Amino acid sequence: MEYVSPEGLRLDGRRPLEMRQINAEIGVVVKADGSAVFEMGNTKVIAAVYGPREVQNRSQQLSDQALVRCEYSMANFSTGDRLRRPKGDRRSSEISLVIRQTMEACILTHLMPRSQIDIYVQVLQADGGTRSACINAATLALADAGIPMRDLITSCSAGYLVNTPLLDLNYVEDSAGGPDLTVGILAKMDKVTLLQMDAKLPMHIFEKVMQVAMEGCRAVAQYIREVLLENTKELEYRRGL
Amino acid sequence: MRDVNFAMTQTQKVRLKRALQCLRDCSVASSPVIVADTIPVNLEDNILKGHGTAELEGEVVATLCGAVERVNKLVLVRPFRARYKPEIGDIVVGRVIEVAPKRWRLDINFIQDAILMLSSMNLPDGIQRRRTAVDELNMRSIFEENDVICAEVRGSQNDGSLHLQARSQKYGKLEKGQLLSVSPYLVKRRKQHFHYLEQYGVDLILGCNGYIWVGAHSDGGGKNEDFEDLSAKLEDKMEVEVSPLAPHKEEASSVPLGTRENVCRLANAIRILSLLGFNISMELILDTVVASVTWNTTVRDMLGGEFYTRIAEREAERRSSKRATQV
Repeated sequence: MEYVSPEGLRLDGRRPLEMRQINAEIGVVVKADGSAVFEMGNTKVIAAVYGPREVQNRSQQLSDQALVRCEYSMANFSTGDRLRRPKGDRRSSEISLVIRQTMEACILTHLMPRSQIDIYVQVLQADGGTRSACINAATLALADAGIPMRDLITSCSAGYLVNTPLLDLNYVEDSAGGPDLTVGILAKMDKVTLLQMDAKLPMHIFEKVMQVAMEGCRAVAQYIREVLLENTKELEYRRGL
Repeated sequence: MRDVNFAMTQTQKVRLKRALQCLRDCSVASSPVIVADTIPVNLEDNILKGHGTAELEGEVVATLCGAVERVNKLVLVRPFRARYKPEIGDIVVGRVIEVAPKRWRLDINFIQDAILMLSSMNLPDGIQRRRTAVDELNMRSIFEENDVICAEVRGSQNDGSLHLQARSQKYGKLEKGQLLSVSPYLVKRRKQHFHYLEQYGVDLILGCNGYIWVGAHSDGGGKNEDFEDLSAKLEDKMEVEVSPLAPHKEEASSVPLGTRENVCRLANAIRILSLLGFNISMELILDTVVASVTWNTTVRDMLGGEFYTRIAEREAERRSSKRATQV
C-alpha cells in the first residue's frame, strides 16, 4: 500500500501536511446544558455536557472544587463491522480518563464547589483521530454550557510513514503500524496539555512530527473560535434588549 | 443553532431566515466574546476584573462565551447559556427533590440543590412558634417529593449551599398549572415577578432561575394540604417541560375548561418564545397570546412551524420599527 505516492499524495488525495475537512455544530442535544458535534473528515463525534449540577454520589463530593466525570463510548455502528462493545472495556476507560484529565486541566473547577460536571462523548463514525475529535467536541460542548474555562483545548493527531510526517491520520494510515501521535494544546497560551504516542521515534523526527501536530491544533482552534463566536452572536442578537 | 423539533416547509424556512436576518440588522452594536478572547481595556491599572474574566500575562481574557459588560471600573462577562446565578431576594420556582431532616432540597437549575429549611416556612396553622419534632415528622404533609414550590432566595451559607425562604403568603406550593423550563438569561430581573392575568384567570410566575409557572389563579400562595399534587411523578430533565393538567379529585374545585385552555395557550406562547431565543417579558408573552387569538391559531398549532415563523416575523417587524422611531 502506498501511503505517500511519489508525487506526494496520500491515499485519500491529501498532501502530507493537509488536514481533513472539519465541521462543527453546537446545541444538538436539547436536554443537555451544552452539546456539540465535531467532524474531522469521516470521523464524527457527539459530546454532551451536563452540569454543573448536584453531585449524585455524596461521597465523591469535593468541598472546594467541581467534580469532573467523563465517559467515552463508541456506537455499535461507528466502525466498519457492527460490534457490540462493553461499556467499561479497557480502551474506553483509558480514553475516558485521558479526556477527563485534559478537560479538568482547563476548567476552572474552583469556581463551582460541591458540584459535578458530566461530559459524555460518543463516537458516531470512527475513521481515525477519534481521540482528537472527542477533545475538540468536548471543548465546544463545555463552552456552550457556559462553564468557565482557562482556554480552549484543541487536539490533532499526526504520524510518520514513508519518511514523511503526516497530519491528521485516517483509519487506514493509523493501522499501517507507524507511530501515531496525539497532541492537545491550550489554544491561546500555546501550551501542551495532552501528548500521547504509541511507538518509538528518534528525537529529531519526533520534534518534526510534534510541530506538524501543533500546527494542526492551531488550525482547529481557529475554526472552533469562529464557530463559537458565530453562535454567541446569534444568541445575542436573538435576545435583543 | 438549536433545531426545532417540528417540521417546517421550505417557504417557512425562507421566511424565518429573512426574519432572523432582519433581527440581526436591528441589533445594537455589541461585544460578544468567547473563551480566551482578550477583552480590550483602556487603562490597564485600576480595572476590576469581575465574573467571567481572568488575567493572563497582563491582559484580561474571558473565561466564558458571552457579552462584555462594563460598569465604571468593573469589567465582567455575562454568559448566555449558563446555569442560574442566584442573588439575594430573587423569586425562584423549584421542584422538591428530597425531604431531609428539618429541610427540603429543591432543584432550581443552580449548580447545587437549594435548601428550604423548615424554619423558613410558614406553618399550616400560621402561628409563629418553634418547630417541634412533631412538625418535623409532618413535613411531608406540607411538601412532598416532586412538588413545585415558589420561594425567595435568602442567601448562601458559609459552606456554599443556597438557602431559600417562603415566609410570605404568596410563596408556597403551586398547583393546577404547568412548570416550564427556559434558559435563565431570557428572564430579566424586574420589580414584579408574580403576574395575575384577570382576563384569562391565570397566574404567571417568572422565576429568575428560568423556571416559569403558569397556572389557574388561586388566592394566596396556597399550601393546601387536601389537594393532591398534579405535577408529581414527572421527569424534569427536558429543556421545555410539560406537566399536563390532570382532572382533580371530586372534593377539589375543578378548573374550568376556558381557564385550562388559557393556561395552555400562555404556556405554548412561552415555549415558542424560548425556542426563538427572545427575552421572556410580560409584554411579549401577552402580545404573542393576543396574536395567536387574532390569527385563530388553535392551542395545538401554536407549537407548529407556521406560528413559529409568524412570531419571528412579528418580532422582527416590531424591533425594526422601534429602531426606526428611535433613529
